[in-house]
Amino acid sequence: MGQTLEAVDTRTQAPPTAPAFLAHNEGDMVAVAVQDVSPGTRTVVFMDSDRQAEIDVTEEVPLGHKVALVDLAEGADVIEYGVRVALARQPISVGQLVHVHNVRSARWQNSR
Amino acid sequence: MAEQPLTGYRRPDGRVGVRNHVVILPVDDLSNAVCEHIAATIPGTLALPHAYGRLQYGEDFDLTFRTLIGTGSNPNVAAVVVVGIEPNWTNLVVEGIARTGKPVQGFSIERHGDLRVLAEAARTAQQFMQQASEVRREPVAQDELTISIKCGESDTTTGLGSCPTVSQAVDRHVAAGGTVIFGETSELTGGEDIIAGRCATDEVRARFQAMYDGYIAEIESSNANLLGSQPTQGNIRGGLSTIEEKALGNIAKTGSVPVVDALEPAMTPTQRGLNFMDSSSAAAEFITLMGAAGAAIHLFPTGQGNIIGNPIVPVIKITANPLTARTMTEHVDLDVSGLLWREYGLREAGDRLMELIGRVANGRLTCAEALGHREFVFTKLYRSA
Repeated sequence: MGQTLEAVDTRTQAPPTAPAFLAHNEGDMVAVAVQDVSPGTRTVVFMDSDRQAEIDVTEEVPLGHKVALVDLAEGADVIEYGVRVALARQPISVGQLVHVHNVRSARWQNSR
Repeated sequence: MAEQPLTGYRRPDGRVGVRNHVVILPVDDLSNAVCEHIAATIPGTLALPHAYGRLQYGEDFDLTFRTLIGTGSNPNVAAVVVVGIEPNWTNLVVEGIARTGKPVQGFSIERHGDLRVLAEAARTAQQFMQQASEVRREPVAQDELTISIKCGESDTTTGLGSCPTVSQAVDRHVAAGGTVIFGETSELTGGEDIIAGRCATDEVRARFQAMYDGYIAEIESSNANLLGSQPTQGNIRGGLSTIEEKALGNIAKTGSVPVVDALEPAMTPTQRGLNFMDSSSAAAEFITLMGAAGAAIHLFPTGQGNIIGNPIVPVIKITANPLTARTMTEHVDLDVSGLLWREYGLREAGDRLMELIGRVANGRLTCAEALGHREFVFTKLYRSA
């Protein structure tokens, strides 16, 4: 690809006490992976309430990427930070990776 | 910041800076070469080459000249040598900077040539360097510093960690009576109502809304597909999916204080507190506008690792992304990735940032300064005549 630098090891070494995901607000429909997460039962901490919950993750979710906390229908609002940040392009199930392949902006109408 | 005595350079207009640069300022692209020769001749002076200054008109002309005059007037600048191709526009810049009372001298190239200007201007630059070397740091109060904020190459970790850390600094600086500037007009999309709701008066709210609506109308009138530029490729790689998600992370750094004013680009704030400036979100353009507005220090949260610097404003980089902190150590002034792993809380991260702001104010070089990052880029409103 014309990139000459050797790829770095991108794995992160989170301490054992670290959660897998952080959600900004109670009621958010997505949470952010704060380490590389593999499928399985993982912890989510809601930052506004400090509540901890568990979620069954069905896909690899790399550091910084999002997981669905609820089932989302096609066209549904995706809530994060307590507000709409996206629309679902297709049905998304709880535990799935949420990113540009299955959500889009509700605002940039030319950018689909 | 309160735990260490804060020092700075008090300029003749009363404003306080944290650096003591002697700047060689070209009025136009044609004058870059001789300005760089002057800076090479007199060590320690700082040439600020840029791409514009010719055949501009209307608002675009006003913005370029406001940026030039504002940069020279910034309290981090001790004195300025101005060089332009001809005397009239050169004098506009000289007179604008002279209003601060700091030493400034203009030179124009037509009827003299680069080499005669080099000889004369270098002599002035030498005198300015020697004068500046006698300007002493003195104790200053925190509220005398203007701080600007903007994040770059954001990802989801900025909204979770580095932006809320900056928020702590914004609230504390404003509580101390200081001035903070934020902007990034188009990157408020999806959260613009939150900012409108925080405007201190209806009048400020109306001006903010007009600036936001105007910027978005301009973008939409291009009919371009913005995917790939907003969010950027780096944003997407870092997990951000939409402009709205990026905007909410962006807003997470603005603290909880009211927005006291909505400024045109490169205008100097007249009100203490949190000021909005209508501005591009491109890092080099943004921080250049902030320097022109008088910012003494810039706080820059980054996710994927934007490496921006500025010639006259120290840029402090803060990241909460553990991968960026590990792979780009030379660019990271403050690593708050422990926030993601719940190793400490926001208050502690805020304490660390305030302590670092104090050290940078007192002279510690930021990563961008030590690496020689001097990005200086004008915001161009439309093509020249």
